[in-house]
Amino acid sequence: MRLEARSGTARTAQLVAPFVAVLFTLLVCALLVAWAGAPVGRTYALLFEGAFGSRFALSETLTRATPLILTGLAAAVAFRARFYNIGAEGQLYVGALAAVAVGAQGGALEALPPTLRFALMMLAGAAAGALLLAGPALLKVRFGVDEVVTTLLLNFIALLFVSMMLDGPMKDPLAMGWPQSAALDPELELSKLMARSRVHSGLVIACALALAMWIVERFTTFGFALRAVGANARAAAFAGLPVARTLLLGALISGALAGLAGVGEVAGRTSYLTLDMSPDYGYSGIVIAMLAGLNPLGVIVAAVFVASVLVGADSMSRSAGVPNYLADVIVATSLLAILVAGMFTRYRIRWNSR
Amino acid sequence: MSTASALPALRLRGISKRFGPLLANDDISLELARGEVLALLGENGAGKSTLVSILFGHYVADAGRIEVFGQPLPPGNPAAALAAGIGMVHQHFALADNLSVLDNVMLGSEPLWRPFSRRSAARRKLLDTARRFGLAIDPEARIGKLSVGERQRVEILKALWRGARILILDEPTAVLTPQESEQLFGTLAELIREGLSLIFISHKLDEVLRVSDRVAVLRAGRLVAERPARGTSRAELAELMVGRSVVAPTRTRREPGEIILAIDRVSTAADRHGMLDRASLEVRAGEIVAIAGVAGNGQEALAELACGLTAARHGRVAVSGEVLAARPRAWIARKVARIPEDRHAVGIVGDLPVWENAVSERLHTPAFSRFGWIRRGAARAFANALVARFDIRLSGIDVPTRALSGGNMQKLILGRALAVGGESAPLLIIANQPTWGLDIGAVAEIHRRLLDAAAGGAAVLMISEDLDEIMAIADRVAAIFKGRLSAALPVEQWTPASLGLAMAGDPVAPAEHADAA
Repeated sequence: MRLEARSGTARTAQLVAPFVAVLFTLLVCALLVAWAGAPVGRTYALLFEGAFGSRFALSETLTRATPLILTGLAAAVAFRARFYNIGAEGQLYVGALAAVAVGAQGGALEALPPTLRFALMMLAGAAAGALLLAGPALLKVRFGVDEVVTTLLLNFIALLFVSMMLDGPMKDPLAMGWPQSAALDPELELSKLMARSRVHSGLVIACALALAMWIVERFTTFGFALRAVGANARAAAFAGLPVARTLLLGALISGALAGLAGVGEVAGRTSYLTLDMSPDYGYSGIVIAMLAGLNPLGVIVAAVFVASVLVGADSMSRSAGVPNYLADVIVATSLLAILVAGMFTRYRIRWNSR
Repeated sequence: MSTASALPALRLRGISKRFGPLLANDDISLELARGEVLALLGENGAGKSTLVSILFGHYVADAGRIEVFGQPLPPGNPAAALAAGIGMVHQHFALADNLSVLDNVMLGSEPLWRPFSRRSAARRKLLDTARRFGLAIDPEARIGKLSVGERQRVEILKALWRGARILILDEPTAVLTPQESEQLFGTLAELIREGLSLIFISHKLDEVLRVSDRVAVLRAGRLVAERPARGTSRAELAELMVGRSVVAPTRTRREPGEIILAIDRVSTAADRHGMLDRASLEVRAGEIVAIAGVAGNGQEALAELACGLTAARHGRVAVSGEVLAARPRAWIARKVARIPEDRHAVGIVGDLPVWENAVSERLHTPAFSRFGWIRRGAARAFANALVARFDIRLSGIDVPTRALSGGNMQKLILGRALAVGGESAPLLIIANQPTWGLDIGAVAEIHRRLLDAAAGGAAVLMISEDLDEIMAIADRVAAIFKGRLSAALPVEQWTPASLGLAMAGDPVAPAEHADAA
């Protein structure tokens, strides 16, 4: 058995591949559902209902998708330049911390007008995420230090730093000893998109940023440089493209997007920062970027998909008795299936008859 | 082998192989007699590599069968091909630089679960093989320390050590000096005397006529002719290969103008690309100056210097009297057209569409962008014009550039480079191996463009390992050896022999040598 390159890749095959992959995933996971002793069809129906079946379900899915779009974008932009930012989780937390530092009740900036303060809060979150990634990016460009290692390990440093701040200088004195920050000024919170739900305008901001990134990648010289450097850095350097500058700028944008994911969570959902705010949104962003094939608009779809599986599985596990770990299996399997499906659009398998 | 000796060493019957719409091999039947040298001749994409890959078990043919010494060869099984006695010497050696000759020869020949390797037995066998075929080699020498010719010898020994009775050599002389090629031909004669059969893949016609007994010509996947080497000519083979007669462009003598590129006692830092050592060279407007040399003698360092990628450590490099910063954009702005050696790895970004690659060097200029926004209309119009002007064959400027054939890719790179000055002609052209791996038609086309550019007043610096190419279009030639450049003498003052000696670092001054010749 061996792989053989296909002579051409059909557009339809590329479009159909993700759906085939999801179908395959559901088939594989059906085995697990059956193993858990639940009826397969009903379990999937419950999962779907839990994600999209009601106004509440849909609002929960979109709420969950909001930070995932931003971390997915963060990974997609960096990966496009072949800069493997694994540190979105840490960047998300320092982004949230910076937002709280600017926007918490009783802070030093309380006297500023709310609009200015809101802008400052967004900016601070984005800048904090970007700065956290600037170190690994500089090390990579200057000395060729592997960014996978530095960004991954920086997550632990960032989280411990946030923990230190929440247990120390930024601890809310009224929190009865819990390590959490003071609440955000209500004036700075993101508005709700639907009444009696948790969906907030962060979703609009995330979608707008996805569209902006898509436009930047496609229509600007920087976007071209980003794609060229990622696809072939030697050829990009030969053609005179500023490779180091492109990598640095791409990394800063990536970090800023992840930082904004943190700001959005604090300002849109929790209003104060705790250490369990993100159930690994940063790492899920990597999966989402890969699912989307690094396409910024595809990130929106992939983030909603992953969010729906997570939210739907929670609801399903309550009524069907299948553990909600099934969600992790579905997401992981679909990623593998999509990667394999992508490969099959470019290669075919030859079975040798011997 | 117990079969009758009348059986041919190799028999291919009706081999066909299709890749999508492309019929790479179309019903090819061939025989290789024992002790025969069969040359497989054909342009790029004619189906030589596919045929050899099928033979070696890397591909499975859609139809047809292979017999080795009368025994059918199971398809798609490289191990079976090796066991049947088929050995292959690739153009790009498959050797590990940091291991010894013996290690490389043994590599992969032992089962992984054997706790101790049988080195001494292998060593004895290697020395025996080497003696039998007259191939002197030190089993403990590190590959990294060997010359290219010696490495090739190791590749041949590796195949013989594994019991090859049929040896396939893929473009074996592409990396050798003329003298090293002579040595190789001696070795091949020795192999034939020992009863081996050879398949010799090449597109160099002189060589093919000299080495082989029989020539098989492939064109567009089909076997179009088989000729005894003794009864055919260069011209006939070229025409069979291309399918029409090819007119090679000829050089006309011109008066060179002012000095455009001046390299004055330049040394560069030694790195993986080799280095320059006090090299001096001048290239004038309207002339083509060629650098001849064996790969790895500093050509890459010279090209990087002249393309604005690296700076000189000592000495001075000037374009029209001006020292430029080591940034490609500074050189592009001064209308220096640059053609890199490796078109896939350096020339283009294969995943991006043709139109983006067509403007990649000048995307930042007002012609193609404004305030950071790409002027898609202008860029695409330029790409379409380029495709038309340089006759680049493709299905559209939106296809990924990797889908282009080597010749079309090179025409794209050449076109992009020559357009470096927008409407005006380039001042200086740096062409590094501009026709490497291209077929005859594309080579003639590239040569014609370079000659036209020189006639139009451009200074051309061409780095090439192909002496035929150098003799055909260069006005002056300098040899490069270990980072040092010989004097750039008019091409008439060199003979292939004297140039070969200069490429090997012969201390004899080339001028004297040419006089003696």
